Amino acid sequence: MYSEYEVVIGLEVHVELKTKTKIFCGCSTDFGAEPNTQTCPSCAGFPGMLPVLNEKAVEYAIKAGLAINSQIAEYCKFDRKNYFYPDLSKAYQISQFDLPICQGGYLDIEVDGKRKRIGITRAHMEEDAGKLVHQGTITSTPFSFVDLNRSGVPLLEIVSEPEISSAAEATAYVEKLRSVLLFAGVSDCKMQEGSLRCDVNISVRPKGETELGTRAEIKNLNSFRSIERAIEYETKRQIEANLDGEEIVQETRTWDEEKQVTRSMRSKEEADDYRYFPDPDLPPLRISEDWVKRIREEMPEMPEQAQKRLVDKHGLSEYDASVLTLTPQHLAFFDESIELYSDAKTIANWIMGELNRLLNTNNIEIDNSKISVQGLTNLLKLIDQGQISGKMAKEVFEEMFNSGQSPEIIIKEKGMAQISDEATLIKLIDEIVLNNPKVVEDYKQGKKKALGFFVGQVMKATKGQANPAIVNKLLKEHLSRE
Amino acid sequence: MDLTIKDIEDIALLARLNLSEQEKETLIKELGTLFNFVDKLQDLDTEGIEPLINTLSVYNVFRSDEVRQSPSREEMLSNAPLTEDGYYKVPKIM
Amino acid sequence: MQLYELTLKQLKSKLINQEISSSEIVDSILDRIKVVDEKVKAFITVTEDMAKNLAKDLKQNSESKVLTGIPYGLKDDMCTNGVRTTCASKMLENFTPNYDATVVSRLKDQGGVLIGKLNMDEFSMGSSTEQSAFFATRNPWDLSRVPGGSSGGSAAAVAADELPFALGSDTGGSIRQPASFCGIVGFKPTYGSISRWGVMPFASSLDQVGIFSKDVQDCATVMNVIAGKDQLDSTSVDLDSTDYISYLDTNIKGMKIGFPKEYFQKGMNEEVKALIMKALNKYEEMGAIVQEVSLPHSEYALQAYHVIASAEASTNLARLDGVEYGLRDFQADNVVDMFSNSRAKGFGDEVKLRTMFGTFVLSSGYYERYYLKAMQVRRLVNEDFNKVFQDVDVIISPTTMNTAFKIGQKADDVLSLYMNDVLTVPVNMAGLPGISIPCGFIDGLPVGMQIIGKPFADGSVLKTAFAFEQNTDYHKQKPVLGVN
Repeated sequence: MYSEYEVVIGLEVHVELKTKTKIFCGCSTDFGAEPNTQTCPSCAGFPGMLPVLNEKAVEYAIKAGLAINSQIAEYCKFDRKNYFYPDLSKAYQISQFDLPICQGGYLDIEVDGKRKRIGITRAHMEEDAGKLVHQGTITSTPFSFVDLNRSGVPLLEIVSEPEISSAAEATAYVEKLRSVLLFAGVSDCKMQEGSLRCDVNISVRPKGETELGTRAEIKNLNSFRSIERAIEYETKRQIEANLDGEEIVQETRTWDEEKQVTRSMRSKEEADDYRYFPDPDLPPLRISEDWVKRIREEMPEMPEQAQKRLVDKHGLSEYDASVLTLTPQHLAFFDESIELYSDAKTIANWIMGELNRLLNTNNIEIDNSKISVQGLTNLLKLIDQGQISGKMAKEVFEEMFNSGQSPEIIIKEKGMAQISDEATLIKLIDEIVLNNPKVVEDYKQGKKKALGFFVGQVMKATKGQANPAIVNKLLKEHLSRE
Repeated sequence: MDLTIKDIEDIALLARLNLSEQEKETLIKELGTLFNFVDKLQDLDTEGIEPLINTLSVYNVFRSDEVRQSPSREEMLSNAPLTEDGYYKVPKIM
Repeated sequence: MQLYELTLKQLKSKLINQEISSSEIVDSILDRIKVVDEKVKAFITVTEDMAKNLAKDLKQNSESKVLTGIPYGLKDDMCTNGVRTTCASKMLENFTPNYDATVVSRLKDQGGVLIGKLNMDEFSMGSSTEQSAFFATRNPWDLSRVPGGSSGGSAAAVAADELPFALGSDTGGSIRQPASFCGIVGFKPTYGSISRWGVMPFASSLDQVGIFSKDVQDCATVMNVIAGKDQLDSTSVDLDSTDYISYLDTNIKGMKIGFPKEYFQKGMNEEVKALIMKALNKYEEMGAIVQEVSLPHSEYALQAYHVIASAEASTNLARLDGVEYGLRDFQADNVVDMFSNSRAKGFGDEVKLRTMFGTFVLSSGYYERYYLKAMQVRRLVNEDFNKVFQDVDVIISPTTMNTAFKIGQKADDVLSLYMNDVLTVPVNMAGLPGISIPCGFIDGLPVGMQIIGKPFADGSVLKTAFAFEQNTDYHKQKPVLGVN
C-alpha cells in the first residue's frame, strides 16, 4: 500500500553565521552565556534603535552562496517580516523577502551509490529571534521566560527545491550542506547548539501524480536522527490519512522527541500574514563583481575538490573520500596523518571506524577530543612492528581518546605489549599440547579446527597478548613433530 | 470600501489590539473614510513606475564585526514589567 | 529684556562677556516656566534639579563650546538617559531609557542644559498636540487655540519664551506646521542629515529631527551641533564639514524662487495667500527672480503619505508589546491576550486608528492597491520636485492653509485634521529640507512661510530664510500671555 505513494520534501535550513557580533548591533554571539547578558537596547527592541549591518555577515553569506553554487545578487535589500511573539523583540524580524542575497544553486548528494542533484531555490540573510524557556512544557507552563542573547544573531536561511524524496536523501542533503558550509568556514553548524536547524516541508502523493499534495511543515529539527525519524513518521501519517480518506491540512507541526511523533503546533484562527515590506532603516546592498571575485579567490578547498584529491592522490575509494570530507577537521586529520604514516587506506579506516564511533558516542568534534595525529600514526606504527595486535590497538586507541596519553605509555602501563618471544611461547605450547592428547589426535586426522583450539588456548593463557602469527607458526611446527 | 466587523477583527488580531465593540464600530466608519480618501490614488496610472522606498541614494552601509560591551543585565531589565532570574517573564504562549 | 526672552546668540554673548552665569539663565528659564506653563502646558517633564546642578558646574572657563550653559528642550520622543521618555503615551508613561539619542548626546557634548521634555501628539500622530495622552498644549498667541503638532510642545515653549530653542521631529509637517501656528522658526533638514538614532520613529522613511528657534541664526547654530553622520544610523549622511552659519548672508540677487501653483488652491485662507505674495514681492525687491512652478502630483501626495506613514508606523509601534518595557496588562493569562490588552490600554484612539490602517494597507489583498501604489506615487512626487529644481533654487509656499484653529474644533473630523499637512507632506515624501518662518499675522495669529530646498541644500534654505528675516521683524513679535 505504502509503495503506491511517493513523498516530496523541501528543506529550509537555518544556519547561524559565525560572526563575532550580531547582525545589526555589536553584542557578542558567544553561545551559552547567562540569559540576557548579551543584549543591548538595539537587539532588545527599545524605542529609537536602528540596525547597522555587520559587513562580515554579508561576506559570510556571499561565501555560503558560492559554496552552494548560488548566483550572488548584484542588488538586494532587507524587509520587515511582521509578527508578534515574545522572543521577537521588535515584533518584526529583519529578513529578505523578494530580493535575497543568493539566488538558485544546488548540491549533489549520494544515497545508496546513486548520485542526485538537489536544487536550491534561494538563500537569504535574516536575524535570529531570542529563546523562550518554559517551566515544564510549552503547553503546561503558566509562564514563559525570554532570553534575548540569541536575538539578532545572523542567520542564513537556505531553501531547497521540493526535490528530495526520502528521509535518507534529506539527511544526505543536510550532511552535504553542513559539510560545504563548514569547509567555507561560515558557520559552526552545531546542531546541538542550534546553529544549524532544519524545517521540513513534506507532502505525499500517489505515484505518477504530478500535482503536489497538501504539505505540512515540521519546524526546528536539530539532529540528523530527528530529521530522519520525523520524515519517516510524517510520511507514514500522511499516507495513512490519504488511505483513510482524511484530509491533510496545511499546517505547522512539531517533532515530539520523547514520543517520536509529529504533532500540530497550533490551531491558529488567524492565517499568517507577515506583511513584508522594505525596511526603511537599512539602505540596500550593491554587491559588485569585484567583491564576489575577491571572496571567491579566498574560498578554501571545498569537499568535492578534496574528495577528488583523496581519490586521485591517495587512492582512496569515493566512499572513503566522502566520509573523510564531512568536516574540515576530518580532512585535516587525514592530511596531517598521511604526512607521518604512508598507508592512506589504514588511516582512513581508523578515522572512519574507531575515531568516528568514539566522536559520536561522546557527541564531540575532533577539535575538542584528546586524540592527536601523532598518537594515531604512532599507534599504527606499533601495530606494523608487531608490538601490539590490531584488536588490542582498538582498546589502546579508546584509552588515547579518553586520556590523551601516548600509545607507548598506555601499552606499557597496562602491560598490553604483544608477546612475540618464541621461547616463552614454546614453553606455553608444550604444556598445552601435553594436556590435550585427544585434540592432538584430531589434528593428526586432519581436523583443522584442532589448530584453532590450540591458538585459542594460547591466547587465553596470555590474555590475548600473544602474537597470533608467531603462535600459529610455532604450533604448526610443534604439532608436525608430534 | 465597505469594511465588515470581521475585517476589523482580523486586522485587530494581526495588530494585537483588543478593541471594544464600540471601538470597532467607530473604526469601521473612520477607516472607511480613510480608505475613500486614499482611493484617489487609484486615479493615477502608475504602471511601470518603480516604487520609491527611500529618498537617499545610499548603499552598503556597514559596521565592522567588533564586539561592543553589552549593558548590564540589570540595566537592560530595569524597565521590564515583569522579570525572574534574569529573564523577561511572560504569560503562557499557548 | 529678561534673560528668558533672549536668543541663543544673545545669551551666548552675555555668557562669553561674563555678564551673566549659566545658573542665572537656567533660573530665569525655570521661573518663566513656573509662571506660564500652567497656561501653555508645553512640558511633560521639567528636569529642574538636573538643569540647576549642571548649570552650577558650567560656571567657569567653558565658553569654548557652542552651547555651554544654554538651556534647551526636547520633544518627548527623544530618548534621554535617566529622564523618562513618554512619547505622550500611556504606553511609555513610566519608561526611562538608559541611553541618550544621538542628537541629545551632541547637545550635551556642546554644553547644552536640558530643561525638560515637551508635549506632542501621541507617537507624533496628529497635527494639534490634542492627541497627547496627558493634556493638550495651548497656543501662546491664543490659549483657546492649538499650537499645531505633532511637536506642539516644542513650538509653544519657544514661542512662550520658556526656552531659547527646542528640538522636534517632522514626519509630514510636525515641525513646520506648529512653528507656523506659533510664529517661530521651525526647520526640518534634508532626510539623512540628522541622526534618528534614539528617537522613537513614526515613519522611518519620512522622519527627520529638526529645530525650533527664535530666529534663523540660532537655527543654523544648532544645526552645526546636531547634523552629520552617525555610525548608529545607516540612513544618516556624512556632512561633517558643513558650516550652516556660513550660508547666512542677505545677498540673494539672482536667486530663483518658485511658487507652486498647486499649493494655492481652494481651501486656502485668502489672507494667508496675500501674505505669501507680499513676501514674494519682498524677495523680488531684494533681487530674487520669482516664477510660478508646477508640482502636478501634489494633490496625491497627502493620500500616498497617509498610506506610507501608517504602514511604517504600524510596524514601528509593534515593539510596544509589554515584554521588555512599557505598559503591560497583568490580567491576561496568555501571551496573545497580554499583547492585545496591553496595546489596547496603552494606545489612544488616533494611534489605534493609524495602527489599524497601516496594518490593513500592508496585509495581503491590500498591499498592491495601497502600499505599493503609494510608493509609486512617492516616486512621482519626488520627480516633480527634481524637475522644478532644475529651474529654481528654492520653492516658497505657505506652511499651512490657515492660522491656528480652536482646540476641539477638528476633534470629530479625521480628514480635516489631516488636511493641515497638505503643504508640508510632499517635502517629507521627497526627503527635502524645509523651513517655516514667520511672515505676518492675521487677527493676531501668526502665519508661516515655507521655504523648500534641493536635497542637502539646507544651507540655501537657511540663507533664503535669513535674508527675509533680516528685512522684516515678524520674528521679533511676541505673544502676550497675560503675565510678565
